[in-house]
Amino acid sequence: MKVTIIDYGAGNVPSVERALQRLGAEAERTNSPDRIEKAEALLLPGVGHYAALVRALDEQEMREPLVDAIQRGVPFLGICLGLQVLFESSAESPQLHGLNLLPGKVCSLPSTVKLPHMGWNQIVANQESRLLAGIGSSAYFYFAHSYAAPDSNGSTTATCFHGTPFAAVVEKQNIYGVQFHPEKSGDSGSRLLQNFLRIAA
Amino acid sequence: MSLAHRIIPCLDTDGQRVVKGVNFAGLRDAGDPVALAARYNEEGADELVVLDIAASRDRRPTFLETIRRVAAELSIPLTAGGGIRTLEDGRAVVRAGADKVTVNTAAVERPELISELSREFGAQAVVLAIDAKRNGNHWDVMVRGGRECAYRDAIEWAKIGVQMGAGEILLTSVDRDGTQVGFDTEVTAAISKAVSVPLIASGGAKLPEHFVQIFKKGAADAALAASIFHDGVQPIRTLKEFLAGKGIEVRLSC
Repeated sequence: MKVTIIDYGAGNVPSVERALQRLGAEAERTNSPDRIEKAEALLLPGVGHYAALVRALDEQEMREPLVDAIQRGVPFLGICLGLQVLFESSAESPQLHGLNLLPGKVCSLPSTVKLPHMGWNQIVANQESRLLAGIGSSAYFYFAHSYAAPDSNGSTTATCFHGTPFAAVVEKQNIYGVQFHPEKSGDSGSRLLQNFLRIAA
Repeated sequence: MSLAHRIIPCLDTDGQRVVKGVNFAGLRDAGDPVALAARYNEEGADELVVLDIAASRDRRPTFLETIRRVAAELSIPLTAGGGIRTLEDGRAVVRAGADKVTVNTAAVERPELISELSREFGAQAVVLAIDAKRNGNHWDVMVRGGRECAYRDAIEWAKIGVQMGAGEILLTSVDRDGTQVGFDTEVTAAISKAVSVPLIASGGAKLPEHFVQIFKKGAADAALAASIFHDGVQPIRTLKEFLAGKGIEVRLSC
């Protein structure tokens, strides 16, 4: 099985690719609608601004094949912005539309704490999570974000807290999302990616 | 459960090899950046910073190759900088495998550089490095590797940098750098409390107790050091266990 990584031209996408390759997975980076349509498994890494991601998906005509593939049941993992874009919209760019595959709106974290939420934090798994299988409750993951999805979206399988609780992991059928960066999260992150590869296989 | 305090080793390079700084002068060779990166990744470092302190134009391709080779060893975030003057410089460093870019002198000279980088990569990818030196009852911003005074107040500059889009401050005390007498908790606390973004403290670390002070009194979110880690004098895991024993939240597992 090959993982198709959606590379929309922002941030450090090679590090995700390298993390998958270290686990022995085959990975390709693409912004081709055709490749996305034919993908066996999809990974959307996102860093930077919400608007940049949404505009890239629309301008490069990736939105439709991506949503189609996900609705056909192709395993999907969204990282950071890749999780946020699964929801209806984001306060970071309220006029733009997300993929609307999960209910709810992405909000800013509160200004009572330092932002961005940057560094290693722990999460609380609150349901049976497939992505977190075999990962201990004391594990830390690396976060770097100022906006987050509400934890009450019905698909949250783990929450994190920074000024407010938010969704750290979402799982719904073939849709998976993590707010943190597993490719930057040492052994715990590597284990999570391994779990996704197993689920997708 | 809360955000862990980060321990960050820093590789000061001449573009290719790690060199040590003592008061920003008198450099001597301390090794291969790729080997050190692999060791720190294994030992539980929370992030890694790689700087090109020579930052000469003609050696830039060498530094980018160093970033690529270092990034390949890591499963933790990588910050790179030194001599970043333009958005294009920043792009090159990110494409080479850095998650964050640090800017220093060029941002003092042209603060819009911070906004340009922040718009393209997001605030979380832009680290404003400030070298601060005490001058009476305030701190001056120093540029060009800590050698020249920019005649700017460090606290004011930190606030402006954050407004311009920096997502993190890397604060080095020029007075303490290389002295190994401990971090400057005073300037660190002053700036950490003045800005809304996380702050990495640097300069002067030697003993584990210094790290306790910078987190408790200095209100730092992360602490950075170089030679004490390179020498093997202070293994990262031992340091973190010490901090945990003092009630400071750190990431102990990898």
